[in-house]
Amino acid sequence: MAVPREKPGPRNGPGDGGAETLLSVQDLTVRFPTADGTVDAVRGLTYTLAAHEVLGIVGESGSGKSASSLAVLGLLPPTARVAGTVTFRGRDVLGMRSGERRSLRGRRIAMIFQDPLAALNPVHTVGDQLVEAVRAHQAVSRKAARARAADMLDLVGLPRPEGSLGAYPHELSGGMRQRVLIAMAVINEPDVIIADEPTTALDVTVQAQILDTLIAVKDAVAAAIVLITHDLGVIAGMADRVLVMYAGRAVETGGTARVFASPRMPYTVGLLGSVPTPDSAGGQLWPIPGAPPSLIDLPEGCPFSPRCPLAADRCRQEEPRLVPADGRGHHVACHRWAEVAGRDVSADLFRGLRPGPTGGPG
Amino acid sequence: MSAVGGPGEHEHLLDVRDLAVTFPVKGGGLLRRTIGHVQAVSGVSFTLAPGETLGIVGESGCGKSTTCRAVLQLHRPTAGSVRFAGRELTTLSQRQLRAVRRDLQIVFQDPYASLNPTMPVNDIVAEPLKIHGRWGRTGPGRTGPDRVAELLRIVGLTPEHGNRYPHEISGGQRQRVGLARALALQPRLLVLDEPVSALDVSVRAGIVNLLADLQDRLGLGYLLIAHDLSVVRHLCDRVAVMYLGRIVETGTRDDVYTRPMHPYTRALLSAAPTPDPEVERRRERIILAGDVPSPVNPPSGCRFRTRCGMARDRCASEVPALVDRAGGHPVACHFAEIREVPRDVDRTRPEQR
Repeated sequence: MAVPREKPGPRNGPGDGGAETLLSVQDLTVRFPTADGTVDAVRGLTYTLAAHEVLGIVGESGSGKSASSLAVLGLLPPTARVAGTVTFRGRDVLGMRSGERRSLRGRRIAMIFQDPLAALNPVHTVGDQLVEAVRAHQAVSRKAARARAADMLDLVGLPRPEGSLGAYPHELSGGMRQRVLIAMAVINEPDVIIADEPTTALDVTVQAQILDTLIAVKDAVAAAIVLITHDLGVIAGMADRVLVMYAGRAVETGGTARVFASPRMPYTVGLLGSVPTPDSAGGQLWPIPGAPPSLIDLPEGCPFSPRCPLAADRCRQEEPRLVPADGRGHHVACHRWAEVAGRDVSADLFRGLRPGPTGGPG
Repeated sequence: MSAVGGPGEHEHLLDVRDLAVTFPVKGGGLLRRTIGHVQAVSGVSFTLAPGETLGIVGESGCGKSTTCRAVLQLHRPTAGSVRFAGRELTTLSQRQLRAVRRDLQIVFQDPYASLNPTMPVNDIVAEPLKIHGRWGRTGPGRTGPDRVAELLRIVGLTPEHGNRYPHEISGGQRQRVGLARALALQPRLLVLDEPVSALDVSVRAGIVNLLADLQDRLGLGYLLIAHDLSVVRHLCDRVAVMYLGRIVETGTRDDVYTRPMHPYTRALLSAAPTPDPEVERRRERIILAGDVPSPVNPPSGCRFRTRCGMARDRCASEVPALVDRAGGHPVACHFAEIREVPRDVDRTRPEQR
C-alpha cells in the first residue's frame, strides 16, 4: 500500500553537531575536453551536507556550481572526466555501477532543475510521470502510486490535485510545473534534494511561493537540500550554510549569517557590494572590475587575483587553499583574508582600487 | 549636448495618455480566424521629464514590455496617445518615425542577440550613424571613426575593443556596446528593456553605475523596465507598478518602496529576496495565492482581486481608477486607504520559517 511517510521530523540546524553527514564531496574535479583545450569546470571541490540542512551554493555563470552537482548525480555527458570522491551515507557514489547509481538517484538523492518544461515529458500526463517516478523505485501497485501522486500534488499546493493528475505539462503555468517537479523530486522521500536554480525562470511572487513550498516539503519528508543559485537574496532567506564558488572551487564557506555579515574573501565582499540595497539608491555601487576567467586558461595563483584589489605577488604565484578563518566553521581560500577582516564594507575594499599587473596596495 | 535642451524645461519629454494595445488571438483552424483579443495594455498613462528615470515594474505578462514597444511605435497602439517632445507619434508614418527615432533609442536585454555577430564592434556602433546619414568626413553634422572611438570611451571601452567581434568580448562589454550604439545619434530618451538581467551579479553593478553616470552627463531620460526591484530602486526617480496590463500604483521611488499602498505592490516588495540573512529571517512575507490570470479573459472589476487578500464584493463589480489620494502617489485600489495589510486575511500569511 502507500509508501511509509513517517521519518524523523524536527528540522535540525547546522550547529547541532549531532546531525549525520549524508553527502560528502571530497576533492571533486570535472574536466571537459574541447577543441579549444580542456575546460577545468570543477577544480577540487570539497563539502559535506548534514541531514536536514540547507546548503546554498552560490556562484556566477561558469563557476562550476551546476557541473559539480551533475557530477554528484552522474548526469554529466560521457565526455566529462570526473575524479575525486563522493560518498552518500558512507557509500562511494562515483564508483557505483550505473544500475546501482540509478536506484540512488531519484530514490535517495533527487534533483529539481531550473526549467520545468524541459524536465517534464510533454506527451505524458503529470499523473503518469509521477506514477512512473514511484514505480521506478518502489514495488507498489499503479493505484497506490497514483494515490501517492495525488497526495504529493496536494502537498506542493496544486489546486484540485486529483484533476491535475490528468493534465499535460503545457496546460500548467510555470509555477505549477515547478511544483510538479518538486512533487516528483520528493515522491520517493529522498534524503537529499539538489535544486539547481529552482526559481530563476519564475517571477518574484511565484518564486516566493515556490521557495515556501520547497521548505514545507523538505520538512514534510525530512530531507536536506543543496540549493544552487546565483541569487544572494535567495541564499540569505533559505540556506543554513553557504558555499561561494569561483572558477571551479569553493572560495568561502560557513554559516549563512556569518558569511554575509563578515565575508573574508574579497570576491564574496565584492559580490555582496554589487547588489543594490535600499541604502545604495541613487548612489554608487562598487562592482568587481573585470570578468570571471576562462576555465580553459586559468591564471596562475589565485584565479581571482586579476580582479582583486588586495592581490599581492604571492596571490599570483600560489593558489590559496581553503583554510579556517575566525573559527566556527567559517573557511576561506585567500592568502590575505585577515586583512579583509578590518574592512568589511565592499566600498572600502573596491573604492578607487584598480587591480593591475603590478598588483594592489600593500 | 542636444539631449539637455528641448522645448522648454517644464514640458514633458514623454507624455503617454490612455495607451491601449490589443493583440488578436488566432484560432488553430485552417483559416486562423480571430477568436478573441488579448488586452496586453489598457488605460496606461504616464509622463517622463528630461533627465528623469521612470521604472516600470511587474511580472511577466503585466504589459511592461508591450508598453515600451508601443511608446517606440514598434507595436502600434490600439488607442491612446504617445507624445514625445510635444509631437504625437501614433499618427506618424514609418518614414516620419524614422527621424524621431534618432531621439528615441532602445537597449535590449540580451546584448548577444541584439548585436550582429558578423560585424566588428566599430561597425556595430557606426551603423546608426550610417543609416541616418551622419557618416562621412565632410558636411554639416557628419562624423566618422573619431565619433565611434568617443562613444566607446564614453561607455568605458577602449578603441582596441572596436576591432573585436561580439563573441570575443564579455557579456558586460557587449551590453556596453549596445549602449554605445544607442547613444550614437545623441538620443534624448533611452528605453532600457531589462538592461542588466542577462548579466552576472558582479558585472551588473558596473552597468548600473554606467547608466547612472551617462544620465548625469548627457541629461538622458530613461524608461527602464526591469523585474529586479533592487535595480529599479537604485536607478529610478519614479516607479510605475503594472499588473495584467494596467498601472496599479505609481509615485516617487520612496513613495512606492517605503509607503506602498496597493496590495499587489506590497506583495511584490515583500516577495523580493534581500541579500541579508537578518532581514530575511525577520521578514513577514506575503505569499500570493495562485498565478496571474490570463489576459485573454481578465477578472471583472479589479484585475488583482483573484489573488488579493483584501478583495470585497465591490472589487468584482467596479474597476478601481488610478486615483491620487495622497500627494502625487496614485493607486488603483478601492481600499488603498487601509495602509496595513490585515494579518488575519486568509490568503495572507507570514513566511513559514
